[in-house]
Amino acid sequence: MFNYTIRRLALAVPTLLFISLIIFLVVTLAPSDPTANLPLSIPSEVRQQIREALGLGEPVHIRYLLWLEQFFWNEPRHLLEEAFGWNLGAGDEPRILSWQTRSPVVDLILERLPQTLWVVGSAYVVGVLIALPIGIISAYRQYSWFDQLGTFISMIGFSVPTFFTGVLLIVIFSVKLGWFPSIYDTTHKVTDFSSFMFQVRQMVMPVSVLALYNAAQISRFMRASMLDNLNQDYVRTARAKGLTERVVVLIHVLRNSLIPVVTVIALGVPTVFGGAIITEQVFKVNGLGQLLIIAIQGGDVPTVQTLTFIFAVLIVLFNLIADILYGILDPRIRYD
Amino acid sequence: MTDTMPSNAELEAIRPPRSQWWDVWDQFKTHKGALLGAGFFVLVILAVVAGPFLWHIDPTYIDIRARNQGPSLAHPFGTDQLGRDTFARMLAGGRVSVAVGVTAMLLSLVLGTAVGVLAGYFKRLDGPLMRLTDLFLALPLLPLLLVIIMLFRDTLRAAFGPEGGIFILIVFVIGITSWMQTARIVRGDVLALKEREFVLAARSIGTPPRRMIRRHILPNVLSPIMVSATLGIANAIITESALSFLGLGFPSDFPTWGRLLFDATDYLQQYPERVLWPGLAISLTVLSVNYIGDGLRDALDPRIRGR
Repeated sequence: MFNYTIRRLALAVPTLLFISLIIFLVVTLAPSDPTANLPLSIPSEVRQQIREALGLGEPVHIRYLLWLEQFFWNEPRHLLEEAFGWNLGAGDEPRILSWQTRSPVVDLILERLPQTLWVVGSAYVVGVLIALPIGIISAYRQYSWFDQLGTFISMIGFSVPTFFTGVLLIVIFSVKLGWFPSIYDTTHKVTDFSSFMFQVRQMVMPVSVLALYNAAQISRFMRASMLDNLNQDYVRTARAKGLTERVVVLIHVLRNSLIPVVTVIALGVPTVFGGAIITEQVFKVNGLGQLLIIAIQGGDVPTVQTLTFIFAVLIVLFNLIADILYGILDPRIRYD
Repeated sequence: MTDTMPSNAELEAIRPPRSQWWDVWDQFKTHKGALLGAGFFVLVILAVVAGPFLWHIDPTYIDIRARNQGPSLAHPFGTDQLGRDTFARMLAGGRVSVAVGVTAMLLSLVLGTAVGVLAGYFKRLDGPLMRLTDLFLALPLLPLLLVIIMLFRDTLRAAFGPEGGIFILIVFVIGITSWMQTARIVRGDVLALKEREFVLAARSIGTPPRRMIRRHILPNVLSPIMVSATLGIANAIITESALSFLGLGFPSDFPTWGRLLFDATDYLQQYPERVLWPGLAISLTVLSVNYIGDGLRDALDPRIRGR
């Protein structure tokens, strides 16, 4: 298992470096000018100085290495110093600054992270909790009306884009019925029961939009995986031993079918962050996705670069987690 | 070109000589959702291709006195805040959305098939090409798409005109970020095919690799390619609408379904019904394409066929 983990880790590092290079090159080689938004009265020499002060005079490979050092060495130290009050010698070193707000990008991200985690995280948990029972029942009663309905709903779930379901929910529940607020208020603090209820009410719509989307995909995987296992010989053996149907399905079959589903769930986490960009935009949640959109519209290269790369790190990290989980759950994989 | 998926099977079915496609069509017919989806998709194609010739109102014509109207005989879907006819804009928008979907699908299909066949057929290329596929799968696609479009929009716009530049850019970025699944499936099938006797027979009479791939490999991996083609259209239409919805797609005076939805959300409080048309159009088109894919997968699988 240890060997297997090490092998996976060794594969993750070049992947991450390659992705960082692609992101860096896309952003760097693009013909956009950070001084384009400054007043036209600034003379061109001064513009040139501004560009050089931003580090744009160096050759590309030097800038890439400097960026890597900044991202993997300086910023983590700053983060640790702030979090625990240690002294790691990072105090005076420059940080990755946003061109829009002139504050460190990492601070901006930390400000936005809780909202995204709350909405996206709870949506994913809800989605998984809905998807697993639906998948199990659909497979156990294959071609029943429940299975047909489940298939239809999951088809809708991944055909109807989240920006339409979100807008539709707003039209029905905020505009017509007035049950839920259409804009997510992130300054809201939960202090007592009524403010807690408000928080629940404003989370209902974004969470259900994302949960429907996730549940649609995971329930399909769960169903397929259950169907693969239900016809196996060990299931017949279990039934022949006289085990109750409940034990056969929920213990023997379910545990084996969950192996691929667990990895699918792990692989889905980072894509949810990406997909949440749209949902955040619909419900005006000021999370990471909205930060990315604002930064893109403002031509804020450091923020865009850092955020995109953080999304990439998440993908590689969860790929790694999925691989290792698969290795733990299924011993056959380890000795490949 | 636009309606390759359903009509290919249909066209083949009209002529009797190749019985395989008869079987496929017979199996396809039993899948009600797929049949319905194919019908709807053909209808959408016809509407967006022929519609602007039958419906004479110019989608960009501004009639400020007739703004914000509800559905009427003159304007079946109503008009927007500038008095432009929503029905005409839906037709024009659908044309762009479907065109983007089909071209991006073709691009990703060609890329995916090429990578998959090369990786499966030539052992030396297998490792590097599959590593490349894995790397592409690990890219954060939506953020990267947004970044690329933001950064390269103005250059391409200057080179190919406002609409042409964005069209090329969007088709290109969707195409090069969605070929990975096709490549993986095709590679798997090619690897399995290579072990079959007829391939061995063909090789033993000295068939060169190029003809080998064209005559023996490609026709036999056609079914997974067709299925991923339908999924590719659905994916491309959704991605294009999402980009337009985030304000990073086509320019605002150039309607697409995603753009119409994005514009309609500004008037959500006053005219909530306006988001319905583009949203329904996107959803139903994607749903129908997904159902076609579902039906095709069953119809092309010889194990299921004839059961």
